[in-house]
Amino acid sequence: MSFRKKMLLFLSFAGPAVFFFICVVIIPLIYGIYLTFTDWNGLADTKNFVGLANYKETFQDSAFWNTLLLTTGFSFLSVLFINVIAFLLAYLLTSGVKGQNFFRAGFFTPNLIGGLILGYIWQIFFSRVLTSLYTSIPIALFQKSWLSSPGTAFAALVVVQTWQLSGYMLLIYISGFVGISEDVIEAAKIDGANEQKTTLHIRLPLMVPSFVVCLFLSLTRSFKVYDLNLSLTAGGPYNSTKMTAMHIYTQAFENHRYGTGQAEALIFFIVIAIISLTQTYIGKKREVEA
Amino acid sequence: MTKASSHIGGRKVTVFRAIKMIIAIVMLIIYLFPFALVLVNSLKTKLTIVKHPLQLLDAKGLQWVNYKNAIDQMNFGRSFANSLFVVGISVVLLMLFASMAAWLFVRTDWAACKISFSAMLASMIVPFQVVMIPLISIYGAQFHMLNHRMTMVFMNLGFGVSMCTFMCHGFIKGNIPVALEEAARIDGAGYHRTFFTIVLPLLKPILSTVAILEILSYWNDYLLPSMVFTRKEFYTLPLAIRTFYGEFSSDYGNIMAGLTLSVAPVILVYLLLQKYVIGGIVAGAVK
Repeated sequence: MSFRKKMLLFLSFAGPAVFFFICVVIIPLIYGIYLTFTDWNGLADTKNFVGLANYKETFQDSAFWNTLLLTTGFSFLSVLFINVIAFLLAYLLTSGVKGQNFFRAGFFTPNLIGGLILGYIWQIFFSRVLTSLYTSIPIALFQKSWLSSPGTAFAALVVVQTWQLSGYMLLIYISGFVGISEDVIEAAKIDGANEQKTTLHIRLPLMVPSFVVCLFLSLTRSFKVYDLNLSLTAGGPYNSTKMTAMHIYTQAFENHRYGTGQAEALIFFIVIAIISLTQTYIGKKREVEA
Repeated sequence: MTKASSHIGGRKVTVFRAIKMIIAIVMLIIYLFPFALVLVNSLKTKLTIVKHPLQLLDAKGLQWVNYKNAIDQMNFGRSFANSLFVVGISVVLLMLFASMAAWLFVRTDWAACKISFSAMLASMIVPFQVVMIPLISIYGAQFHMLNHRMTMVFMNLGFGVSMCTFMCHGFIKGNIPVALEEAARIDGAGYHRTFFTIVLPLLKPILSTVAILEILSYWNDYLLPSMVFTRKEFYTLPLAIRTFYGEFSSDYGNIMAGLTLSVAPVILVYLLLQKYVIGGIVAGAVK
């Protein structure tokens, strides 16, 4: 095939896809690196080259590192609860409960709705419904809105994140459980393994691929949380629940520090990449063949 | 002896099953409770919501007026149409462009294809926050392309194309035999004819998975549209609900009706296509 014909074929088949990809992802990615070396405020016509000043500022921006720490804590707790609950529910639903498909579909429902709307729904729950329970059930947990103090507001974020994503991970764990061949389980039973031993020594090791996928998805999703953060707590009270994604947004679009915001976004990316790739690498090593 | 023990075992199993069923039902009720709460309260007056949020009905009757207010104030019809327009065009074009690219990437070993595909794969771990600021700087400050629906479509395509190409790539590689295409080629069909008449119809399963995943993510997207659309006339549903919530946050009845309205379309479609949605999500996640 002539080069000309090859090029025409490439342009007509892959052209549009590659064009949109380059315009929307590649060019901004490169331009973003350039932005971190300038002092642009988003409005001015000129950008001055400032060297590493934005990176220096990023390292001195204690608010940024606090949000990163908070986001890490949030992700860690969410990932833990999401996967424990999802795994146990999947185990329950695949161990002979009728109407598995119905339950599966029901638990998945929160994932159809965006984090923004879910946040609003739960905001009303925490600030109105829980507090109204206090008159009939007077326990400290219901006394005032969870969203009014830093600790409980953070807990509220974890609760909603767990509630939403556990229904998603549940699907993956169920397909993991269903995918284990009956022969293997039967062989274990014949060898005298009881239910607990079968789960611990046969099912769990065979489910490692599901764990890898679920941990990866829940971890990256939790790290990047923005919509839920915005609608449920708006970072409050007093910026105490502001996550990194929101901090980057405010740096650029509210404080007009595009360069610093972009430098922080790059650091954020590196942190996510390191954590999620390490987790996937460790997980993959533990995969076994049936 | 065996009979007796199996009988006892059988009863134990039944009791066990019942307990499991009860736990599952209780958990499901807890999971769906927030939605029920919003739905129930959307038909009550503000006062009843504040005083008795758990009460089923308002003594003053069903407050349909909440829905009327919500539809008017968040301009529901317009924002719904905006969402539908942006999501519809984005998803259709995405399916077309991603499948065409994927097919070429599978069937050829040209350097351009290899480089493009690897770049797309690598880009999938880049969080949106990393391209957000430069993206808006380029297309907003320099090209003045904000506040156009097609700009939103353009960006949706750019962000969606990597994953969709990847998924189609895997499907074509594993499920579409080259022999089929060769037969068509011998009969004189060109590359385009071969793709559109032979390959594309066979991609239906993977394209429906792609469509489901992308419809959900575009429909619920807030952050990107909030930067692209600053004028109210272009607001998609999530943007409309945010402004509405900000302006009327103490009008609980209206808020609940607004939230119900924005959740309802997705849930209704889900009730109809539940099997496909779940199948699509599982297929998409495991890849």
